[in-house]
Amino acid sequence: MLIGTLRARLERLGGTVTSSIWRLGFASRFLFYLAVHSGTALRRFRLTIAQIYFAGVLSLVIILVSGLFVGMVLALQGYETLQRFGASESLGVLVALSLVRELGPVVAGLLFASRAGSAITAEIGLMKATEQISAMEMMAVDPIARVVAPRFWGGVISMPLLAALFSAAGIFGGYLVGVQLIGVDPGAFWSQMQAAVDWNHDIMNGVIKSVVFGVAVTWIAVFEGYDAPPTAEGVSRATTRTVVTSSLAILALDFVLTALMFTGGNH
Amino acid sequence: MPQSSPASDLSSIVEIRNVSFGYDPARPVLRDISLAIPRGSVVGIMGQSGCGKTTTLRVIMGAYRPSAGSASVLGHDVATLDGDGLYAMRRKMGMLFQFGALFTDLSVFENVAFPLREHLDLPEELVQDLVMMKLHAVGLRGAAHLMPTELSGGMARRVALARSIALDPQLMLYDEPFTGLDPISFGVIVRLIRELNDSLGATSVIVTHDVQEALDVVDYVYFMADGKVIAKGSPDEIRGSAEPFVNQFVNGKIEGPVPFHYPAPAYGADLELAAS
Repeated sequence: MLIGTLRARLERLGGTVTSSIWRLGFASRFLFYLAVHSGTALRRFRLTIAQIYFAGVLSLVIILVSGLFVGMVLALQGYETLQRFGASESLGVLVALSLVRELGPVVAGLLFASRAGSAITAEIGLMKATEQISAMEMMAVDPIARVVAPRFWGGVISMPLLAALFSAAGIFGGYLVGVQLIGVDPGAFWSQMQAAVDWNHDIMNGVIKSVVFGVAVTWIAVFEGYDAPPTAEGVSRATTRTVVTSSLAILALDFVLTALMFTGGNH
Repeated sequence: MPQSSPASDLSSIVEIRNVSFGYDPARPVLRDISLAIPRGSVVGIMGQSGCGKTTTLRVIMGAYRPSAGSASVLGHDVATLDGDGLYAMRRKMGMLFQFGALFTDLSVFENVAFPLREHLDLPEELVQDLVMMKLHAVGLRGAAHLMPTELSGGMARRVALARSIALDPQLMLYDEPFTGLDPISFGVIVRLIRELNDSLGATSVIVTHDVQEALDVVDYVYFMADGKVIAKGSPDEIRGSAEPFVNQFVNGKIEGPVPFHYPAPAYGADLELAAS
């Protein structure tokens, strides 16, 4: 009896692991096929520009408002700590480094996954459920080249731009609270920031992070949409999976990238 | 079974020979079916839901490869075609999906222009003229600027029809084209299928369970049940068929080979009558 239960559980665990590996393999093949068939998206770039509008431009409000508030909170919290050590003039450095290295790419990535990633999954999933994908195949048009690739590249291009705008809005929010509200010296705020933030080590690493997050989130979003069962429940589950998997992927990748970029250095 | 048959006609545009297909080999969806679609005709594939008629259509489209037998479509053996070959064959085919499958982010005009823009490098003026001609053929030239969400079910089906004939296909496939239509839209679609088939010099295959209505438009019928072709013939031969299943289906009888009740344990056992 006990052995039977144990065996059934082990079989279930084995089944879950096997299907997860199979799905990962399928997703990798999907990415490879997508990369090979990206010619249309790049040749007819207006298709990709339309997707940059949907994934990027329409995410601007949430990104800018969130960035502003995150920057304002950073300034409040940072000032609270820094002034205890008489280093309140380093507030600009704290705000800028926190944003460009970590919070910009990570929070913008999480917001991008919930706003644009879920929309991409739902759109592709619904196109499948309403036979629009099948109709395209019947018209001898490859839906991966025509529908998926422009959305993928639109997302990959939008994400670093959104992360940069998030950081910029955050720094402005930090300036509003730190300089205008609390009264930190504006010269010190900006000059210390300019001196401490390194182009390669801080900004470029932040950009690399946001590109990696952009690829991960958009890959997950287009794959989940394309792989969704063509039912209302299937699309709904796929949308949820996109947000959950993308968020976890961003946090895990951030740890790996941070470990690779910022360990051993003393910047 | 009626004796007249166009099977093995040299002018057949589709020829399916002894095809079997199933996702699970133990439970085949198609069992050794053979059918031929003569060039220029309108042929109906009819039967109950789940009898394998849509699967047959998918074999003709090249979406499914037969596990046994051969399917020749427009002179190609679909089982041997690679991706490019399949797409090349599909450029000569048009398909009307059950609910139209219009692209919801594109206007009516852009939906009809879609295959032209994807496959032909035409000047914009010519695309404009061709789209308007196709929309005029289905009576919806005035709806070119509307979005699919602004169309009724019947109008959406007509726009989808205009889109599917945009490249003047040799073979038109219709998957349940009459489902959910009001009587007027229904009559319009029936008339359009016939008129477009004859004016384009195309061949049409209609998969449907709306038997009475479809019998008015088709030249020949294959009747399917349980993955097999159980009857074939002209509409009059099907109407007068002595085959019990065809008779029950065509006349919409409740009693016949298809039982009213889905297989279930004894009624008394489900109500636990024995226990009381």
